[in-house]
Amino acid sequence: MRAPAKRRKPARSPLAGYLLRRLGTSILLLLGVTLVTFILTNLVPGDPIAAALGEGASQNPVTVAAYVERHGLDQPLPVQYLTYLTNLVQGDLGTSLTTGRPVTEDLATAIPASFEVAIWSIIVSLCVGTALGTIAAYRRGRVSDQVVRVVSLIGLSVPTFWMALVSFHVFFLQLRIAPGSGRLSPMLIPPPTVTGLYTIDALLAGDLEVFVDASAHLMLPVLVLSLFTIGLLTRFVRTAVLEVLSADYIRAARAKGLSGPRVVFDYVLRGASLPILTIVGVAFGALLSGTVLVEAVFAWPGLGTYAYDSATNLDLPGVMGVGLVVGVIYLVINFVVDLLYGVLDPRVRLG
Amino acid sequence: MTAAPVLSIRGLTVAFGTRKRPTPIVHGVDMDLLPGRVQGLAGESGSGKTVTAMSVLGLLPRTAQVGGSVRLGETELLGLGRRELNRVRGRRIAMVFQDPSASLHPQLTVGHQLTDHVRTHLKVSKAHARERAVELLERVHVPDPAEALGRYPHQFSGGQRQRIAIAIALACEPEVVLADEPTTALDVTVQAGILHLLRDLALERELAVLLVTHDLGVMSAIADDVAVMRHGEIVERGPREQIFTKPQHPYTRELLTALPESDFTDPGARGSLAGQGLLDPEVEE
Amino acid sequence: MSVGEGGVKQRRIRRAVFARIPRAWLTPLAIIGLVVALAWIVVAFTASSFIPFSPTEQSLPRLQPPGGEALLGTDGLGRDVFSRLMAGAGVTIPLALLLVAVSTLVGVIVGAVAGFFGRWVDETLMRLTDLVMAFPTVILAMVIAASLGPSLFNAVIAGIVVSWPQYARVTRSLVLSLRTQNYVVAGRLLGYSPLRSLLRDILPNIAGPVLVLAALDIGTAILLLSGLSFLGLGAQPPTAEWGSMISEAMRNFDSWWIGVFPGLAILTVVMAFNFLGDSLRDILDPTSQTERESTGVTHAPAQASDGGER
Repeated sequence: MRAPAKRRKPARSPLAGYLLRRLGTSILLLLGVTLVTFILTNLVPGDPIAAALGEGASQNPVTVAAYVERHGLDQPLPVQYLTYLTNLVQGDLGTSLTTGRPVTEDLATAIPASFEVAIWSIIVSLCVGTALGTIAAYRRGRVSDQVVRVVSLIGLSVPTFWMALVSFHVFFLQLRIAPGSGRLSPMLIPPPTVTGLYTIDALLAGDLEVFVDASAHLMLPVLVLSLFTIGLLTRFVRTAVLEVLSADYIRAARAKGLSGPRVVFDYVLRGASLPILTIVGVAFGALLSGTVLVEAVFAWPGLGTYAYDSATNLDLPGVMGVGLVVGVIYLVINFVVDLLYGVLDPRVRLG
Repeated sequence: MTAAPVLSIRGLTVAFGTRKRPTPIVHGVDMDLLPGRVQGLAGESGSGKTVTAMSVLGLLPRTAQVGGSVRLGETELLGLGRRELNRVRGRRIAMVFQDPSASLHPQLTVGHQLTDHVRTHLKVSKAHARERAVELLERVHVPDPAEALGRYPHQFSGGQRQRIAIAIALACEPEVVLADEPTTALDVTVQAGILHLLRDLALERELAVLLVTHDLGVMSAIADDVAVMRHGEIVERGPREQIFTKPQHPYTRELLTALPESDFTDPGARGSLAGQGLLDPEVEE
Repeated sequence: MSVGEGGVKQRRIRRAVFARIPRAWLTPLAIIGLVVALAWIVVAFTASSFIPFSPTEQSLPRLQPPGGEALLGTDGLGRDVFSRLMAGAGVTIPLALLLVAVSTLVGVIVGAVAGFFGRWVDETLMRLTDLVMAFPTVILAMVIAASLGPSLFNAVIAGIVVSWPQYARVTRSLVLSLRTQNYVVAGRLLGYSPLRSLLRDILPNIAGPVLVLAALDIGTAILLLSGLSFLGLGAQPPTAEWGSMISEAMRNFDSWWIGVFPGLAILTVVMAFNFLGDSLRDILDPTSQTERESTGVTHAPAQASDGGER
């Protein structure tokens, strides 16, 4: 398997090739995602026409026929799907039946809200989870390891929606430490939109009061969501670090006389970075799922609330929009993870 | 010829398992390492030879119970505190491991791995450390040393990786080098080059080299003295010629009979590898 | 409806495994997990015989705090929280067990077929698996449950659809690695049909890791079902279900007992199964390669299911 002359440089960057293949797969998956959402929303047993037009109007055959014609609902399904796709490419996701606005508009405000919670949760979970997992791995078999294992298992077992309720009750209603529901206190105005994340936008606009308030409102949702992800990450980091610790290159690093912390950061965590990266991608998916359950409690105007409202109101465009967006976000996250794989592992990058 | 030993091992014992029910691996090993000489430690797998080498630098797992004495000059190494031990590791005693594709970190550049301990131990600047690294790579015959610094281990061949590992071992100018099966993971055609490199370096820099291996052919190539280990004890020791031509202990004879005869009929020759014409140290892999 | 069968089968398997475990593996955690899980399972199947009130009758004074006639208080419609709690166990736990049993079955079949027959069968099945795994689980389950219509039955269907892929992945990679083993090849040479080869030689060896995955999945299934019910997409009123009870609690925020107890119930059950599954993993699958396999997404270069990526 070894080439006789290792000095010859490859003709094309292997990283580019690898990323292109991943991009191709992602696009195919994306098409699949659209198909899945389309099929699912056409399974709806309830009558969407009745839902759209209301009880009275749906009795009138003329109105119904006009509606059917306008939305192309009498066309065979494959044609409907193609229409859907062409609209999609032009950025048209239809109009929401509940809000009356274009779905894209609704999503444009909902996505950043959920994203803000997800991003901060990931950051917190990554820091705490990596630290706990590494400590547990180093102290394998001892009491602190067992404690960490049990605590992370508990974190994985807590029903997020219940935790949200309980923490809201305890920290807001009883102890009055945390602020109320929503993203900002009622008196404050959101900062000018750059990213849609209130914290970042507030910092960019130099508005410290809004920044502090937005952060305070983020505290509880992030805390609740992080519980599960910290549990998940701790366990995986522990496993990853344990594997790395038994590797020869760690022993070799110690044999060089490098100090403990040096070995941990330069050698151990670097070695564990790939499996950790993998699980962060999965954790992000879990976070997106979690926001759905948590947003209701905190009156957070994000994807979760929108998804729930659309689902219960049989708002097909809304539901399709959410399903699509979430699928896309997840695909993008995975693609970014692939990119980072190339960055972190020279063997992928250089072939 | 009668220089003082750089490293003295006396009555070394190593046991694994619990304190109440220990499983002894090494019982009472004595050994001296002299500057400029290659001391061979031979034995089958399970004989305790690798454990002996590891115990010098305190690289055994926490569950190991180590007794006896390992003196580096004036300093007793067993029981040394973590900080003092780290000052010895890589600086006064260095180690070369068996499989260079495992002992080099796949995600760090060769340059990084050549210089991080140098900067820690010798407190030199980054530039200076890189200069030394280039010189070392030249000495161990890794082509394009300056460029090599920026490359990763997987971009080199097995033999080159081991040369890099040797360069890493030499970086802080240690007094002792422990080589644990340094050629076992390499192709036969490449082994001779590595072994001769080790031997030349030993002579050049007055290094005391401990060569641990199960392969007596490897031993016969460069070892000056040989100790044969079995079940945690040294059963025979002596200069190379004596061991290979007039072995005393039945176990030593057993090990030797496992080898083809042509290896040892000429004690003056450089062992089996010479017979097969594979001894050119300048061969590029 | 044979809801109880899945649970009984799981119990039998668990008991068979238990008999073969050496003393040393019975850690306190495993024992706690086992005891609590069994206790809840017993409650689930016997609740109707010991609860003081019917879970749906609205005969008591409303919003009574715990103590007195209603052990854990009453909810906004005058129903006994304790009775609903116990009855809720009988709803969620058997359904979760069924969910896991069916998804395991489906997933193992898909994975075994993909791994054994290879080539285009493998490609197609794995792309399908990737597709389902391209969505975060709860959201996909939500969309499915919403499309099919909110009901407990549909929630279980949705749960099965989102859960089977992980079993398919793990089974496939195990089958791929076992396929080349000598005894399997020998079997084929002796004239075993592919099915026989699969059943006799391969499946017994994947039982361990798959069982571990299933055990750990029970907690997830419970969280999923109660989560969907919380959102109104699972159990419908007046069915007593822990998730729906918690969502009812949102409307009567001051009556903390309505929401806290169901949540604690979920927490203890899921914890028990997770402890159990974790200990089971230590026994049956110590290398825990499967943990990585089941969550590994298509992008990880080292994952076997990516086919020709390397």
